Amino acid sequence: MTKNHTILYLDGVSVSFDGFKAINNLSLVLDKGEMRAIIGPNGAGKTTMMDIITGKTRPDEGEVFFDGTIDLTRHDEADIAMMGIGRKFQKPTVFESHTVEDNLLLSMKGPRSIFPALVHRGSIGEARRIDEILATVRLEARRADLAANLSHGQKQWLEIGMLLAQDPKLLLVDEPVAGMTDAETEETARLLREISKTRSVVVVEHDMHFVRELDVKVTCLHEGSVLSEGSLDFVSSDERVVEVYLGR
Amino acid sequence: MITQRLFVAGLTPRIQIVIALLVGAAVLVPVLNLAFPPSSPFHVPNYMVALVGKYLCYALLALALDLVWGYCGILSLGHGAFFALGGYAMGMYLMRQIGARGVYGNPDLPDFMVFLNWKELPWYWHGFDQFWFAAIMIMAVPGLLAFVFGWFAFRSRVTGVYLSIITQAMTYALLLAFFRNDMGFGGNNGLTDFKDILGFPVQASATRSALFAASALALAAGIALVAAIAGSKLGKLMVAVRDAESRTRFIGWRPENVKLFAFTVSAVMAGIAGALYVPQVGIINPGEFAPANSIEVVVWTAIGGRGTIVGPILGALLVNAGKSWFTGALPELWLFALGGLFVAVTLFLPKGIVGTYDQWRAVRRERRLAKADLPSGPAEAGDVRIVRASSATSPVPQGGPEPQPAE
Repeated sequence: MTKNHTILYLDGVSVSFDGFKAINNLSLVLDKGEMRAIIGPNGAGKTTMMDIITGKTRPDEGEVFFDGTIDLTRHDEADIAMMGIGRKFQKPTVFESHTVEDNLLLSMKGPRSIFPALVHRGSIGEARRIDEILATVRLEARRADLAANLSHGQKQWLEIGMLLAQDPKLLLVDEPVAGMTDAETEETARLLREISKTRSVVVVEHDMHFVRELDVKVTCLHEGSVLSEGSLDFVSSDERVVEVYLGR
Repeated sequence: MITQRLFVAGLTPRIQIVIALLVGAAVLVPVLNLAFPPSSPFHVPNYMVALVGKYLCYALLALALDLVWGYCGILSLGHGAFFALGGYAMGMYLMRQIGARGVYGNPDLPDFMVFLNWKELPWYWHGFDQFWFAAIMIMAVPGLLAFVFGWFAFRSRVTGVYLSIITQAMTYALLLAFFRNDMGFGGNNGLTDFKDILGFPVQASATRSALFAASALALAAGIALVAAIAGSKLGKLMVAVRDAESRTRFIGWRPENVKLFAFTVSAVMAGIAGALYVPQVGIINPGEFAPANSIEVVVWTAIGGRGTIVGPILGALLVNAGKSWFTGALPELWLFALGGLFVAVTLFLPKGIVGTYDQWRAVRRERRLAKADLPSGPAEAGDVRIVRASSATSPVPQGGPEPQPAE
């Protein structure tokens, strides 16, 4: 297997916290431009995997490569974000005391040091990009509202919009439809499919209905390693997966 | 559109008014003090000039704290240390100006060094006979300490209560160090008995008026600076770091650098406040490093309203005016009154005076809009919704200075 054509390459990754193996010899490969859904019961290691990819947690062993050549274990969160990995948290995390527009402004791709930020003046290109993102995540009408006043689903969308503003190559999206209505869930699936046309996406989700709507390759994690991989129909008919989900 | 432009620069109408008031006071108070005879009803007495000048220095210190606490979420319980260091730098300059007029008449050494039988000036006192050198040190020493301290603390991701405690430990350590005679800063007694500043006698009312004017102008400049920072993209980023630090990290910012910038700028402001304070009160001693002083600054800022720029200034002026009155009338009750005030503000005005006023205005505006929208809406339900919506319009954090849990 050559890692040069992959956007994300995890091989033999393990990490343990106080003796508990949260990730156990996990290997996962994502091709450029691919969208992948990750499912698995609670404690399967889904969020820990995202922590490892984004530099929050360092693996005890194993290789983690981004874009074929970049060893992610050598970089911290801010570096990794700048290389082009965006992450949406499980609980929507936006800047609540800022307006929707300012949330996007702060996420906009560009220099990340102190003095450029101090003298920053908005440009027409930037304003246009913000308009585009607002249109993509359907928040045009809420532009000047504080993020704190958005509904739960709108906060999720705003967070996805903030990732888009970063212009990442790979998006990691943790439970994007938790707490959403059916209509919002459908809308989110549409949004992610649209994003995946130009970027690689990893979606962690419990909602099988939503995963089916995404219609992509599925990886099922269990106890920190890959249990089954393939189409949703293949994975959901796998006896081990059924066993894990329904109990022994 | 024009107001929005000004908003970008951070100069809201309210801040423009406060700056104008301070500049006005810088001109008017010296005139009323010097040009009118003491018998005139327009005369401002000397003690008043010195007293209010001192309060303005406190206000600048509170504003400095507001930059790190209100906007960046760093609750520093050691800001008095930066104030005192600026004060000591100014005090050293003033000591060197005494020359041979000290009690021992030694032209080369300050009195306390003669008393300790020191033969020559320690190396770190060299240069302080020049005002320009002292002026640089007033900013450089607190700024450098804050930079080094912040570099280690923020890089190690020390936040919240732990950071507050180590800032407190920092000022306490400095207190103990400056108490020692062999540190060379006058030990217990500190530096005092000043004669001249820039060639003018410190006690003269013209000099005092000039120091008052300098304090008012320094405060006005501080306000303009904080407003400009808060209104910039960096200011928005500071608030973002305050509210959701890990989110800023995952979109590529380095919150430790944002905090380091705010902390260092704030320490320099505190140092300048201390330097203006010392010639007006005539003494600087290790007592200024006392942790209780730093905590008092936090109380002023909280009472006025953190994250509002004008609030901490109002808080510092009101509390200190109260303190002057109280310590005259009921000296033994002052600490109880201060503690009670802090508890009352925390319980009833968690956003402070200015923050609560802003909130009240926002509620009224929304209520007016709601009335215009639906004249016969269900009043009660509407009110609840409006209050909740507007409680977020102020940039003051809802739940105190605790950092938000990382994800």
